[in-house]
Amino acid sequence: MSEPRLMEGNEALAEAAIRAGCRGYFGYPITPQSEVLEYLAGEGRKRGMVVLQVESELAAINMVYGAAGAGARAMTSSSSPGISLMQEGISYIACAELPCLVVNVNRGGPGLGTIQPSQGDYFQATKGGGHGDYHLIVLAPASVQEMADFVYDGFDLADKYRNPVMILADGALGQMMEKVVFKDYDPKAHEPAKPWATTGKTPDRARNILTSLHIQPEKMEEINLRLQAKYARISREEVRFEQMYTDDAEILVVAYGLMARISHRAVEMARIRGVKVGLLRPITLWPYPYRVLEELAPRLKGVLVVEMNAGQMVEDVRLGINGKVPVEFFGRMGGMIPSPDDIVGKILAMTTHAPKPVEEEAHAR
Amino acid sequence: MASVRGTITIDVETCKGCELCIEACPQDSLSLSKEINKQGYHYAVLVEDNCTGCVNCALVCPDAVITVYRTRKETGKREQVAVISNVRQDIRVTVDEVPGGRVDI
Amino acid sequence: MPGKHPAPEGFEVVWDKPEALTDTRMHYCPGCGHGVVHKILMEAVDELGIRAETIGVAPVGCSVFAYNYLDVDMQEAAHGRAAAVATGIKRMLPDRYVFSYQGDGDLAAIGTAETIHAANRGENILVIFINNAIYGMTGGQMAPTTIIGMKTSTTPEGREVSTQGFPFRITELLAMLPGAYYVTRQAVHTPNGVRSFKKAVLKAFQAQKEKKGYCLIEVVSNCPSGWKLTPVEANKWMEKNMFPVYPPGDLKVDGKLVERKGGPA
Repeated sequence: MSEPRLMEGNEALAEAAIRAGCRGYFGYPITPQSEVLEYLAGEGRKRGMVVLQVESELAAINMVYGAAGAGARAMTSSSSPGISLMQEGISYIACAELPCLVVNVNRGGPGLGTIQPSQGDYFQATKGGGHGDYHLIVLAPASVQEMADFVYDGFDLADKYRNPVMILADGALGQMMEKVVFKDYDPKAHEPAKPWATTGKTPDRARNILTSLHIQPEKMEEINLRLQAKYARISREEVRFEQMYTDDAEILVVAYGLMARISHRAVEMARIRGVKVGLLRPITLWPYPYRVLEELAPRLKGVLVVEMNAGQMVEDVRLGINGKVPVEFFGRMGGMIPSPDDIVGKILAMTTHAPKPVEEEAHAR
Repeated sequence: MASVRGTITIDVETCKGCELCIEACPQDSLSLSKEINKQGYHYAVLVEDNCTGCVNCALVCPDAVITVYRTRKETGKREQVAVISNVRQDIRVTVDEVPGGRVDI
Repeated sequence: MPGKHPAPEGFEVVWDKPEALTDTRMHYCPGCGHGVVHKILMEAVDELGIRAETIGVAPVGCSVFAYNYLDVDMQEAAHGRAAAVATGIKRMLPDRYVFSYQGDGDLAAIGTAETIHAANRGENILVIFINNAIYGMTGGQMAPTTIIGMKTSTTPEGREVSTQGFPFRITELLAMLPGAYYVTRQAVHTPNGVRSFKKAVLKAFQAQKEKKGYCLIEVVSNCPSGWKLTPVEANKWMEKNMFPVYPPGDLKVDGKLVERKGGPA
């Protein structure tokens, strides 16, 4: 365990990548995550990592494909528009079943957008983004410490399942400075053997082919069924979430990442006023913690989903709640970050069943 | 004067009848069959006995259906077959003895 | 050379199908240059004894199934990205022989950026560029290298400079980059062309062994189906019409540009 250090989220993530045994990082500058590339270009290279600033995000994700296929722990990072460019590559990586880590430091969109934080890429991360029936394992950190910790977890999950993993952060988490401790972690003890990698066909084995092209429908379906079985297994075994004050909660706030931090504060403020409100923080956005929502639903009177977007995760919450109680939504976009007071106001409005003010209809879903 | 004898075999089921070997053969030894193979292609056939084993056909074949052979090298035994008397000195001509009775000078 | 076939009585094998070429029937059209290139590439790999250390990257195009024919570890790349995939492999396994195999769309249209930057970085890889001035796999559309006046399915009246621009001589462009060490243009429609191509491949693998930098071998090749000619006619058409625009020969050797003439200004 290292000494506590005060670090920016992007840099903590980069430092963790070095310690997690990442051998290849291929990236392109984009605000608000260029610090990942810059930190690795300095520290990473010094400590033996191949760190390349490449010509575009298209090149970056395909270099990750090649490097991961060659058996190395490989990763890239970008922000929303760059992640859009990577979608084809991610789909290929998922179908060829290659392990890798992709970090999205979500900024406001759509389009070129803003460099301010946002959670507008939830759909892109969890419902595809790229073409075809595949899933990324999506981890949502809510602190600089988790920006570091999830890198180790991400690589371990990627290698365990031969699947790409995404860390879905946002611009605020990337830029803010907090205390972080780096755990003891020996990559050699964690990285499995990769007999499927393209390292050169020695006489003792057949050649390894990594491809996502399967023209025969029977074969393509077989590949897809295998992927679906894998996703079912991940859904059973890798769901992660955190819940606070839910034992007696009548209102449940559901939020992830930065919004979970802010909602936590709001929940505590509401508790002081006597409101029985709890918080569910999904940590894996895929697989999503539907089961805990199903379990909590019978005890609840209402759910409030808080996001920095027009309403994306709220759809998954509605799936989990399955109509048992009303699910309301509060969100801001464009880099506008809700404050704890804003959220307390929404919670109180739900308890008093006050009619919603007209101007809030635009946000309500 | 050397006369190298060669021959080729053709994997007729894999041949696609592209005729590039026919074009490349300096001896005009190759032609297209009248029959078709299981894929429906006419295939290349060796029609002359003058193959030198130059490998041209195999080099241009896109499907690697041709294997090229040349006559085996000498066994080491040499047999005198002629003496040409000359003004200055005799020239003895010997040939390598090759199993099978073929002669390779 | 050792052969898969036994020699008849009194004969020895002089040339046989390379061991590193699989027995899978190649799907290429009759007379297509892909088959020749595959064959010689594997012959070189066998001759150098490097099959256990060679990794190839297949493109999107007619040769998308190259990994069915080449018995080496291979990765399939997204369209245009083979140079990036090859970079990723080579940077992780710097002592392996890494090659990408690409057509004119893959390398010079959608993959232009990756192609140029791999060369510019002096990536220590071999890029094999099959240029037949047309998109075969998707049914015969125009390529960046389609020559002026050439009819394709998307230039039914013939390529016009005013709307579709000029034939793209990307190899000339790449040769100018300092990271490019050996850049050559070959053709495999004649026995001597095949012999020359093989020499180029051996030279490129040697350069990769010595970590000299980026090597590119362009093969001006045919597309009998797309050009709607027989293989023999296609090769004659290629010599007459493509060679003036894409003249075979070395463009850069040992890191130095070669004085050349020919080709449009």
